[in-house]
Amino acid sequence: MKVAYWPGCVSRGFTPELHGSMAKVAPLLDIELIELDRASCCGAGVIAEHNQELADALNARTFALAQQTDGELMMNICSTCQGAQAECQERLDANTEYRELINRDLAEQGLRYEKGLTNKNFLWLLVEEIGLDTLKAKVKRPLTDLRVGPFYGCYIVRPAVRLRIDEEHPRDRYLHWVIEALGGTVIDYAGVYKCCGFPIITMNKDASLKQAGRHLGDAIDAEADCLVVPCPLCHLNLDLQQPAASKVVGRELGMPVLHLPQLVGLALGLNPKELGMNKHVIRPTSVIDWSTSVVAGAAA
Amino acid sequence: MPEYTLKIRRYDPQSGEAAYWDEHTVEMPETQSVLDAILQVRNEIDGSIGIRCSCQQAICGSCGVRMNGKPGLACNTHLGEAARRGHGTGSDAPDERGTANEAEGRNTIIAVEPMGNMPVIRDLIVDMDQVHWKKIQRVTPWLINKEPVPEREYIVPHENMVDVTQTMACIQCGACVSDCLSMEIDPGFVGPAALAKAYRFVGDPRDAEHAERLKDLSEDEQGIYDCTHCFNCIDACPKGVDPMSQIMRLRRKAGSDFHINDRNNGYRHEHAFVKNIRRNGILHESDLLADSYGGKFHPRAVPELIGSLPTGITGLARGKMTPQKLLLHQHKAPQEVKRLFDEIDGRQERIELNLYVTGYEEEEDLEAGQRKLEEERADAAAEASAESPEAAADTTTAESSESETSNESENP
Repeated sequence: MKVAYWPGCVSRGFTPELHGSMAKVAPLLDIELIELDRASCCGAGVIAEHNQELADALNARTFALAQQTDGELMMNICSTCQGAQAECQERLDANTEYRELINRDLAEQGLRYEKGLTNKNFLWLLVEEIGLDTLKAKVKRPLTDLRVGPFYGCYIVRPAVRLRIDEEHPRDRYLHWVIEALGGTVIDYAGVYKCCGFPIITMNKDASLKQAGRHLGDAIDAEADCLVVPCPLCHLNLDLQQPAASKVVGRELGMPVLHLPQLVGLALGLNPKELGMNKHVIRPTSVIDWSTSVVAGAAA
Repeated sequence: MPEYTLKIRRYDPQSGEAAYWDEHTVEMPETQSVLDAILQVRNEIDGSIGIRCSCQQAICGSCGVRMNGKPGLACNTHLGEAARRGHGTGSDAPDERGTANEAEGRNTIIAVEPMGNMPVIRDLIVDMDQVHWKKIQRVTPWLINKEPVPEREYIVPHENMVDVTQTMACIQCGACVSDCLSMEIDPGFVGPAALAKAYRFVGDPRDAEHAERLKDLSEDEQGIYDCTHCFNCIDACPKGVDPMSQIMRLRRKAGSDFHINDRNNGYRHEHAFVKNIRRNGILHESDLLADSYGGKFHPRAVPELIGSLPTGITGLARGKMTPQKLLLHQHKAPQEVKRLFDEIDGRQERIELNLYVTGYEEEEDLEAGQRKLEEERADAAAEASAESPEAAADTTTAESSESETSNESENP
C-alpha cells in the first residue's frame, strides 16, 4: 500500500536508526513511502502550549500536504507525532468554522485541509491495514525465546477517546500482539503504559530520569531481554539517557531498547546492523544472548 | 443474569498484615455500578469492607477507586464497562486471555483497588487529607478580590465564566491524583487536581493576583513545569475536567501573557522550541538543549551542557549524532512555515478552541456547515471575478470569524 509518510523530527535527528530501519522494513511489507519532506514538526504539545492556533495550522498544513499525495492514508513512526497531531485534528474535524479559520491561514500557500484524514502510527497500520496474519506469514526468523517488554509510552494510548481506542480497536494491546505475531514472548512489567519522563528532561532532570530508570529496572526484574518502543522520544530517555538514568536510580541497567521497525525487521530477516542497532547506546547486539535467539549466525 | 467476580483489595495498616485480594461473586445486570456490587457484598456477606461513598450520583466524589487498573468513581462505572477493560495498569491486573470466559468472549473479573499516590487508611479508603487536600490548599483555592471591592455585584463577562466552567466541573474525587505519573515519581508535584483548581482563579477576571499565582506556580520546582504530559489525568477524570489541558493553559498564560522567565527553564524551553521550529522546520535537538538553558554561552547552560557531554560523546561514538548534525542546521524551514509562525504568533489575540465548551459538531451539522461554506465560497468567487481580487479577500476578515467562534462557545 502507498502511504503519505511523516517520519517526524527525532527519527532524522538523534535516532536516525529509526528512519533508516523503517525504510528497510517498508518494502518487505509492501508499503510504499511517500515522504512529506516539506512538512514541519508536529509541535510535540509544546507549540500548542505556546499558541494553539499555530500548532493547529502547522499540523493542518502537514495533513493538507498528505492529502495532496496519492497515499491511501498518512503514516507516522512517532507516538508523540501521533498524539500531538490527533489533538490538532480533533479540533479541526469537530468544528467547521474553526477548520475554515485555519484553512485561511493556509490559503495563501494554496493548501487546504479537508476533514477526515486517516493518520496512523506504524503500529496501528501493521495491525489494522497489513494484518497480523500477513505479518506472521512474512516472518523469516521468528523471535523465539526473545523476551520483549512492550513500552507504549503515553501519546499513543491516551486519551483513549481521542485516539479511538475501543473494543473494536484495542490499540493499547497492539504492541503485545505484534510481539507475539513475530514469535516473541511478551513480558508484563509495571512500566508498560507509563511515561518515559522525556518531556520534563530540561525542567526536572532528576524526576525525568527517575521515571526512565524505574521502568528499565522493572523490566530487568521481569527478566526482559529488551524493550520495544513506538516513540523515538521514549527511546531518547530509555536508551540515550540510560547511563544517566542508571546513576539517578542507583542501579546497573543495561537494558536494550528497540524501535518497533527494528523488531519487525529482525523477524523479517534483516540483520541487526542494517537496522542500525549498532547505533544504540545500550547495544542490543552485545546484551542479548543472540545464540539462543533470533539472529544466531547473523553478523552482528 | 451475568455473574461477576469481584476482587477487592483488602488492607488494614494497623493489623500488621499484608494486603490481600478478597474474592466474591455477584450476580447483577451489567448496567449496575461497581459500587452497587461492592455494597451488595458488604451488606450481605462481609460488613467489614471499607469503602467511602455517599450520593451514588457522581456528584459527591467520595467513591474514587481503581477498577481493573483504571481510576474513576465506582458509582458511575458499569460492571460491564469495568469488566470489558479486562486489563490495565494496576497491580495484579487480571488478564482476560486464557480464562474460561475468553471462550465466551468476555472477561468477568473486576479487580477493585484503592486509588494510588495516597496512603491507604483501610481497604478502598485512602487518606485524601495527606495528599489531595494538602495540594488543593497549596494553590490558594479562593478568590482574592480586587480592591476596592465593588459596592454592587461584580459583573463577569460571559466568555470568562464559560472559560472556567471546565475546571469548575471538578468534584474533588482525586481520580487524577491517583494515577498522576509525575506525582508517582515526585510526590511533591502540585499535581493535576490542584493545578486545574489554580486555573479556576487565574481565568477569573475578578481575581486580583493572576501574575502572583502564575509566578508562584512557575517558579515552584514541582509546579506547572513538572507535568510530564502523560494524559493519565485526562482519562481518569469522570467529569471531563482535562486537568492536563488546564496545566497547559496555565503555562500558556505564564509564558505568553506574563512572560514569567522561571528558574525551571519552562519558559525558556517553550520559547527555544518555538524559535527552533520556526528556523529549522523540524527540530534541531542540540540547539534546543542549549537554548532551553538560555543559549550556548549562558552561565546556566554551561554546567548543563558539560553534564550532557558524556551523553553527547556516546551519541557521537555510536554514529547517532555527527559533528555536522550537532553544529550545523542542515534542515531549513520552508518560507511558508516561517510565515505561519510570524502571522499567527504576531496577532494580538490568541485563538483557542475548547471542545468541552463548543462540543463536537454532529455529522449532519458538519455536512450542512460544509455545504454552506461551499456556497459562500462559490459566491465569493463569483464576486471576486466581478470585482478586484483584494475586495473579495476583504469579505472574510479574521476578526469576524473570531467573534463567531466565541459566540458559538456560549451555547455549550
